[in-house]
Amino acid sequence: MIKFNLFVLPFSLGLIYIAWSIGMHYYRWIKALPAVDKVKLSAGIRNPSKIFASLKEIFLESLIHRKLWKRNPMLGYMHMSFALGWFLLIVIGNLESRIYHGSHINAPYYPIFLKFFIHDRLVLFFEIFTVPAFFRFIMDFILLFILSGLVLAMIKRKQSKWFGMKQTTNHSLFDRIALTCLWLIFPMRLLAESYTAGFFGGGGGFLTQNLGRLLFSVTPGSAEMIAYYFWWSYSLVLGLFFIMIPNSRYMHIPSELLLIVFRHCSIQPRKWGSSFSSLEANSCSRCGICIDACQLNFAAGISGIQAVYLIRGQREQYIPENVAMTCMLCGRCQEACPVGIKVDSLRLIKRREIGSGQVSSFSYLSNSRPGFADVVYFAGCMSHLTPTITRAMEGIFTEAGVNYLFLDRGGSVCCGRPLMLAGKDKQANELIEFNKILIRQTRAKLLVTSCPICYKVFREEYNLPIRIEHHSQYILDLVKDGRIALQSQHRKVVYHDPCDLGRGGNIYNAPRELLGKISDLLPSENERADALCCGGSLGLLNTPVSKKDEVTKNALETLLKNRPDLLVTACPLCKKTFSKHSKTEVRDIAEMVHDAIPGRQTRKTRIVNEPEAVNS
Amino acid sequence: MGKSVIVIGGGIAGMTAAGMLARQGYEVTLLEKENETGGHVAHWDRLFPDRRKASEVLEFTGEGMKDVHVARGISISRITRQNNEFTVTCGMQDAGSVMKSHFTANALIVATGFDLFEARRKEEYGYGIYNNVITSADLEVKFKSGKGILTAEGKIPKRIGIIHCVGSRDEKVGNLYCSKVCCVTGVKQAIELKEMYPGSVVFSFYMDLRMYDRNFEELYYEAQQKWGISFIRGRLSECAENPDGSIVIRTEDTLTGKPLKMTVDLLVLLVGFVPAAGTASVAGMIGLKTGTDGFVNPADSHIQNNLSGIPGVFLTGAVKGPVSVTEAIADARAAAALTSEYLTASIEEHA
Repeated sequence: MIKFNLFVLPFSLGLIYIAWSIGMHYYRWIKALPAVDKVKLSAGIRNPSKIFASLKEIFLESLIHRKLWKRNPMLGYMHMSFALGWFLLIVIGNLESRIYHGSHINAPYYPIFLKFFIHDRLVLFFEIFTVPAFFRFIMDFILLFILSGLVLAMIKRKQSKWFGMKQTTNHSLFDRIALTCLWLIFPMRLLAESYTAGFFGGGGGFLTQNLGRLLFSVTPGSAEMIAYYFWWSYSLVLGLFFIMIPNSRYMHIPSELLLIVFRHCSIQPRKWGSSFSSLEANSCSRCGICIDACQLNFAAGISGIQAVYLIRGQREQYIPENVAMTCMLCGRCQEACPVGIKVDSLRLIKRREIGSGQVSSFSYLSNSRPGFADVVYFAGCMSHLTPTITRAMEGIFTEAGVNYLFLDRGGSVCCGRPLMLAGKDKQANELIEFNKILIRQTRAKLLVTSCPICYKVFREEYNLPIRIEHHSQYILDLVKDGRIALQSQHRKVVYHDPCDLGRGGNIYNAPRELLGKISDLLPSENERADALCCGGSLGLLNTPVSKKDEVTKNALETLLKNRPDLLVTACPLCKKTFSKHSKTEVRDIAEMVHDAIPGRQTRKTRIVNEPEAVNS
Repeated sequence: MGKSVIVIGGGIAGMTAAGMLARQGYEVTLLEKENETGGHVAHWDRLFPDRRKASEVLEFTGEGMKDVHVARGISISRITRQNNEFTVTCGMQDAGSVMKSHFTANALIVATGFDLFEARRKEEYGYGIYNNVITSADLEVKFKSGKGILTAEGKIPKRIGIIHCVGSRDEKVGNLYCSKVCCVTGVKQAIELKEMYPGSVVFSFYMDLRMYDRNFEELYYEAQQKWGISFIRGRLSECAENPDGSIVIRTEDTLTGKPLKMTVDLLVLLVGFVPAAGTASVAGMIGLKTGTDGFVNPADSHIQNNLSGIPGVFLTGAVKGPVSVTEAIADARAAAALTSEYLTASIEEHA
């Protein structure tokens, strides 16, 4: 016997629509994947460990919302109550309905509207220990759980600061309709179930039965009719919500599921874009956490260019040039994103579109042979702007007795990354190929660089057959191997994590360990993955210096709160950028180490502006 | 009865204004932070465009202020104004100890001048790191000493580079403005170097040469035609030091669009103007308005260029931005004339 009532139609139609729509989306995303990625996907979904890993992440991120919990417990609870609560309501409701259904055909609406069809009373005392009673209790409990989240969601609209959020996006009309439906679904269910339970004097759990009894006592005559209206409302808002999903921000829910699977199949964003990027764009919930994370927003007052706006452009297939170009590519938003969208990749895809038409000439590159060494040192362009760093490095190499070759002593050929940040990959590749030949010719086993920008591109784009280290790692190794001895200067220092070394290269500990040996390292706010950008980013291409200055000053304010004697960083660009505004001296970690070698000093300054010096 | 004036700053502008007012019979006190008056001009050898000796100009100006009471080694701590009378409280160096002292006057002339851009801030140019990188001011001191210009290794520099716009028109150091006089100074110094060492080669690296005043362009022509100085349009990117102490410079010849690398034995950085360290504090005490560049804004840039907007407070010289010696002298005379006018008017008011 199939139970049916007309009111289940809106829900059922909505369900059919959403199933079809998501199916079509999934189909298109998968179909549009490049062949390589399709192979990865088909291999991945046959690999049980990848399936398990995907399911685990879906459980932790899409249901529990672990990242949001870490960010703010209220925010985490709110999202968990909706996601996990609704999920459990569906799963457990389904199990519950199996007690009652009389046929193998369990219509999808049946568990959803079970209490409309089933309202038997549990009269005898012992019956509260029976399976139906147990289900009724659990189902009411879950409903209460979701409703508690709904209360938080309502509070969040007014007091988002309590949830750790300052700014968010404006919602579109469809978003607002979907949100209204979402908020109404569970109160409608509560009222429908309660009125029904009240009218029939049974069928409800601790929540719905008691509320139903109360409601029935207020409106005894029309309770059945009222209940019926609420069942209709419940079905309508459910159906409408489903229809709204593909047209609103809530599309992020089904998209993220597939995104997680894609990621576990090792599918990555492609340089020139792929359906992976489109999937990422749809996985964005438009929560606006990236707006809060963006220094251009909170330090320089630049809005409309943050990740969420770029992603909107990606969805709408129109990214204005300034949105693509106004970004430091510091990676802070990426780090903060609860969905883990690779925003920087998306932005670079657009920059490549813009930059690909431009031409440059590299006819000046000469073909000289570099010579041989064990270690090849590539200072990088930025280090040539801070000769104190290259001097310190040369001092350290000499002190440690390293057979090294300073590849770019006479000035460097760019590593290519600044060009890549401008979307000029073709030009960058010319430089990369040139440098690769030079590096190979040295026959060195190890490449050391002073610049995190170079470090990142060496690792990600060069495919060199040798080890690549940033000087902070390399120097630490030298110290550990006992090749240089250091003496602490006991100066209070704060360490600043450069973007490309920290978030970009995942090197957080080596510089700290090194500084721990030679100075008194103070903590600061926004450390490690949460570090601020110095504002000197080479990725920021169309913003006035005055705005960059604001970012720098704001970052300095945070870094210097604990009043260190020195601000230490591990990037020539950070050093140079901070030096412009910092009253506290800014140094690179290499200079710190060089000064800590007993009997040495970085600054061998002879005074040149005394007339006597001329004749001496 | 004698009206009195305090002039803050004993550079060429302050000295000129003080001398002129003293000669008109006012009681003038000149406050100077250093132990000698003369300011920057005292360290320079010759002035552009005619290479007249700076010492002669200074001597002339000094002679004109015989009746000025000069207080040296002054550090001002407070300036107050009451009933049109200014009181300047300051510390005064006296035989090693600092004595507190007060000066009062009916008018105030602010002539705190400028500082030279700290070339160490352009770390990539290696000043203070590489021994053969010097500033244009260092070069003047060397010229003035008359001992010749040698590299740190004691050799005659065969190849000399002169870098324009160091610390001027440079957003990266936060100075957007043009220092105006460095261009012609660079041309003058290039000629002087070539004159001293005809066998050496001199290269000037510039963005554009602003030969704004009379006879400047002629000097630039002379530098090219008579002295064979190479002017290369391109901004210096960075320097490195060779083991022999010579300097590798990397720039771009923007007229040919090619990167350029060359070695020089001596590198001269034409450092620009920045507001004097004392300007901000004096401005704060009096309530003078400064621009985003840190120089003091006059009440009106055209017709009240020596007025501060505060009655009885006048401005002159490089406190308002980069000026040449010639302009500073003319501006100081204007400030003195306006100060005198103000004091005369206030005498008549009270009469």
